[in-house]
Amino acid sequence: MAGDILAMLVNADFWVAVLRIATPLILGTLGVLLCERAGVLNLGIEGVMVAGALTGWLTVYLGASLWTGVLAAAATGAAIGLLHAVLTVPLALSQHVSGLAITLFATSVSYYAYRVSFPAVSTPPTIEPFAEMAWLPIPVLAKQTPMTLAALLAVPAIAWVLYRTPVGLAVRAVGENPAAAEGQGLNVIAIRTGAIVAGSALMGVAGAFLTLSAFNAFFFNMVNGRGWICVALVVFASWRPGKALAGALLFAFFDAMQLRLQQGGGEGVPYQVYLMLPYALSILALVLVARRAAYPQALMKRYVRGER
Amino acid sequence: MRLEARGGVSRFALVAAPFAAVAFTLVVSGLFVAWAGAPLGRTYALIFEGGFGSRFAWSETLTRATPLILTGLAAAVAFRAHFYNIGAEGQLYAGALAAVAVGGLADGSGWASSPALLFPAMIAAAMAAGALLLLMPALLRTRLHVDEVVTTLLLNFIVLLFVSMMLEGPMKDPAAMGWPQSVALTDGLQLAKLIPRTRLHTGLLWGLALAGLLWAVLRYTTFGFAVRAVGANARAAAFAGVPVTRTTIAVALLSGALAGLAGAIEVAGRTAYVTLDMSPGYGYSGIVIAMLAGLNPLGVVAAAIFVAGVLVGADSMSRGVAVPTYIAEVIVAISLLSMLVATAFARYRLRWN
Amino acid sequence: MDPRAPVLRLTGITKRFGPLTANDAISLELAHGEVLALLGENGAGKSTLVSILFGHYVPDEGTIEAFGRPLPPGDPAAALAAGIGMVHQHFALADNLSVLDNVMLGTEPLWRPKSRRAEARARLVATAQRFGLAVDPDARVAALSVGERQRVEILKALTRDARVLILDEPTAVLTPQESESLFATLERLVAEGLSLIFISHKLPEVLRVSDRIAVLRAGKLVATRATESADRGALAHLMVGRDVPAPVARPHTAGSVVCAIEGVTVANALTSVSLALRAGEIAAIAGVSGNGQQALAEILCGLRAPDAGRVTVAGRALPADARAWIAAGVARIPDDRHAVGLIGDLPLWENAIAEHYRTRFARRGIVRRRAARRFAREVVGRFDVRAGGGVDTPARALSGGNMQKLILGRALAGEAAGGTAPPLIVANQPTWGLDIGAVAFVHQQLLDACARGAAVLLISDDLDEIFALADRIAVIHGGRLTPARPAADWDLPAIGLAMAGASA
Repeated sequence: MAGDILAMLVNADFWVAVLRIATPLILGTLGVLLCERAGVLNLGIEGVMVAGALTGWLTVYLGASLWTGVLAAAATGAAIGLLHAVLTVPLALSQHVSGLAITLFATSVSYYAYRVSFPAVSTPPTIEPFAEMAWLPIPVLAKQTPMTLAALLAVPAIAWVLYRTPVGLAVRAVGENPAAAEGQGLNVIAIRTGAIVAGSALMGVAGAFLTLSAFNAFFFNMVNGRGWICVALVVFASWRPGKALAGALLFAFFDAMQLRLQQGGGEGVPYQVYLMLPYALSILALVLVARRAAYPQALMKRYVRGER
Repeated sequence: MRLEARGGVSRFALVAAPFAAVAFTLVVSGLFVAWAGAPLGRTYALIFEGGFGSRFAWSETLTRATPLILTGLAAAVAFRAHFYNIGAEGQLYAGALAAVAVGGLADGSGWASSPALLFPAMIAAAMAAGALLLLMPALLRTRLHVDEVVTTLLLNFIVLLFVSMMLEGPMKDPAAMGWPQSVALTDGLQLAKLIPRTRLHTGLLWGLALAGLLWAVLRYTTFGFAVRAVGANARAAAFAGVPVTRTTIAVALLSGALAGLAGAIEVAGRTAYVTLDMSPGYGYSGIVIAMLAGLNPLGVVAAAIFVAGVLVGADSMSRGVAVPTYIAEVIVAISLLSMLVATAFARYRLRWN
Repeated sequence: MDPRAPVLRLTGITKRFGPLTANDAISLELAHGEVLALLGENGAGKSTLVSILFGHYVPDEGTIEAFGRPLPPGDPAAALAAGIGMVHQHFALADNLSVLDNVMLGTEPLWRPKSRRAEARARLVATAQRFGLAVDPDARVAALSVGERQRVEILKALTRDARVLILDEPTAVLTPQESESLFATLERLVAEGLSLIFISHKLPEVLRVSDRIAVLRAGKLVATRATESADRGALAHLMVGRDVPAPVARPHTAGSVVCAIEGVTVANALTSVSLALRAGEIAAIAGVSGNGQQALAEILCGLRAPDAGRVTVAGRALPADARAWIAAGVARIPDDRHAVGLIGDLPLWENAIAEHYRTRFARRGIVRRRAARRFAREVVGRFDVRAGGGVDTPARALSGGNMQKLILGRALAGEAAGGTAPPLIVANQPTWGLDIGAVAFVHQQLLDACARGAAVLLISDDLDEIFALADRIAVIHGGRLTPARPAADWDLPAIGLAMAGASA
């Protein structure tokens, strides 16, 4: 058994799988991170990912280029994010409730749209997805698509924005103490809205990875809780982009491992046990960091100007 | 643009809000229907007829509403205490599985052969299973401040996989010709039909009774006071001596038990056995219903009937016009969103300057 | 620009919140290099006026001119750009960010690809030096003392080249010595050509720092006076609108020990605190907030257990359970009415019985609604709680004063309907933010209960209140409590030194 695992770890294919599984999680986690750093929980992620997966794929299916599909997914995410932002920031509705409503809305509209577009198909229509970057002289990365590279590059980019730019400082400030930001002349509503829109765009792209890169078609239930896992990963990552990457990779490592073990046919262990692992690990991650989680101070606190 | 609290919440606004929300929902959903290229009036008429237009439609709608009332109550009572149980779907399956595990003993001997003894044991097992499933998230929340939304969501996936494992393994019905489903409950353990030759069963009465009971509990009892106090302001409640942790855990157990009961009632009243598709998201719909009802247990009944009617109506509508049945979920989602906005406007007004 | 022209001109500012007119046609000018004091009791409209000036609120009527140019309403960014800075009463600082981050926030174009931190740091250090306000730019705000945080607030404005600085109750959180050092800083600012608006309800400090005094009462500007020629008694009369009754001297007859606090220690909050509370006596704990009062109050309200030491009430050690303390008859008044005292969404009558919902007002698990509402009406009557919709009014609809009366009524009328007082009253900042009428009411209730034999512990950072009420005073600093001495043995410098941590 130990030998099997060792053989798996030295196998490049295994690490290729890890990175592929990690990609939507990296993008989704960064999206949640942006929203929460600005003080807003976004449980709409699950629905945004479904919608991004559909619009990205549909755009390409209708003849546009793959990158146009990615943009369409980002735009879809941004639009849904704007809806969540309007409900939670100026209207100050419960972030929990709004997020769940958004997930329900985005998911049902996506499924409806798919059925309207393809009333009766037995096998899902397909597109030609992103190709591997064979030109890249880096072993594991050469087996990935450009979307994975983009996700990896997004990590330092977002870290830079958050910690090195005025707008990043503004986002962190509205998530810590919106009154302080307003006292310095910043528009809290605009900054929170912007962060949610940008974060949701990333979530949309995370969904599109599934249909434009990991697979070549749209399936019902294909997001399958990945969005919720991202919400857990952000807590695990203490709201830091670098740690979010590490968390997504660690998670993907275990997920890839359970897939291998499942294929290896561990005797007497039902395959469902392996499939449970990612979800169980997410809960475990939350428990492990619970005692030292440093939440953004204003997370989930509504802000109405002039109201204490 | 800014938000200003109204001097007081006007009763008119609170009553008008749901109507405005419904009107808005019909308009926006109409755009989706039009997109599918179907005649709008006819589509709505077909949905309404299918959901509420006949004795049969009503029986189907109420059958569908039965588990929704229970999961709606599960969400409503938990949300009242600010405990966001999003795991009713998993708790429902856990309850259904437990019900069949106990009810399946009917072939045995002794006490297990008597439905009069076995039926209460079956119901108790289902409620215990749902409650126990929520115990861990409740303890994690009260002890370690782990947000229960994410834990209960993730548990749904784990439970569904567990159910699948059971249905393909130890609890598989050997007579089911390879389908992953459990053994069926004996007739003695099934709920009686409320109206002959329909699927409507006495489970509806359970739901109605529990809704009334829960309404009274929240309004009149000390436990209800504690739940409302903890939900409205946990710090102030703790200061006044309300046991916040104990109340939260008690509410979690109650919520989980209600969702577990929904599973048992579905099995005993409608399906007789457990399959992996026995719930088309009743747990999630329960959350929507609770929110549509403003977390009022009596409102839950009305909201559950509305949602069930739309779902049943859309099923029957899609046989007449080419609109996918997913329109039902779209209508429910939009009505939830517009209801949220409408209540926000009943409490606040926007000022432009 | 003409140096005699006013730097600020407010014309006919009116602001209404529902039925309440917070500012009623106020017109006011601020001259160059002037210190204008806004004097008024709590609720007179001072904070509303400066919030409008700084753009937090939009006025219903009226205009503002800064340096001869109209200032757009409701836009803090415009106020900042016009050279107006504000030191908020509750500091507007992000605790988890550094001093430099807090100062830089909002000063750069948002979409600049890289913050110019080195520049900003140099500027901050230079400004700090120029005005003698030393701070560490890299310190996390959470790690700073209250006085240091106020310095950061002032520096935020100064690094943005503020020409007008508004200080909202700046001394409320300072020791007398820290206040003195603030006043020195203010003199320096004026010498550098700034104009100041200084908000306070404390006459002595207003007379000490200002050139001119504007008195606000019930939303109206009732007078402006040059400080030189102002008369203390006349100002007090203007501020309150009637003569202020002098505190009644009270014979001091301390009885037996009701509550003994012995060597109470809480990690990072309290170190071996001891104090004996006697029947018929008001003991006060003075100190700048944030020195351990919170932990001590929580222990004495039954919300937490000490790490070491013990507290006995009537000779019995009570567990850290609010219900045990309530059952022992302890009347508890928390410092935060909104967050801790009341449950805003629940009606007044449910709040009134919240401490007894399972005991006095329950039978077999059912709340006795009729008895509960009768009790609530009694509290409303006896404690003069004004609520529009009677006992069904949601608590959040009450004014601050009426909230406090309700809390007081709930605590004092708890077990003792027949005129007896509870054995022990723990009052934490009981008059914070109340208008003078409500303050007098609360004080009278505490004095009456004390006269009927209650032991009263008053925790307050308002020295006026402490000197007005206390028989004995102890001072808390850094979690350590000085021995309690008779009030007559303390004077202002001594208490100030103790508040600043100098050993007494």
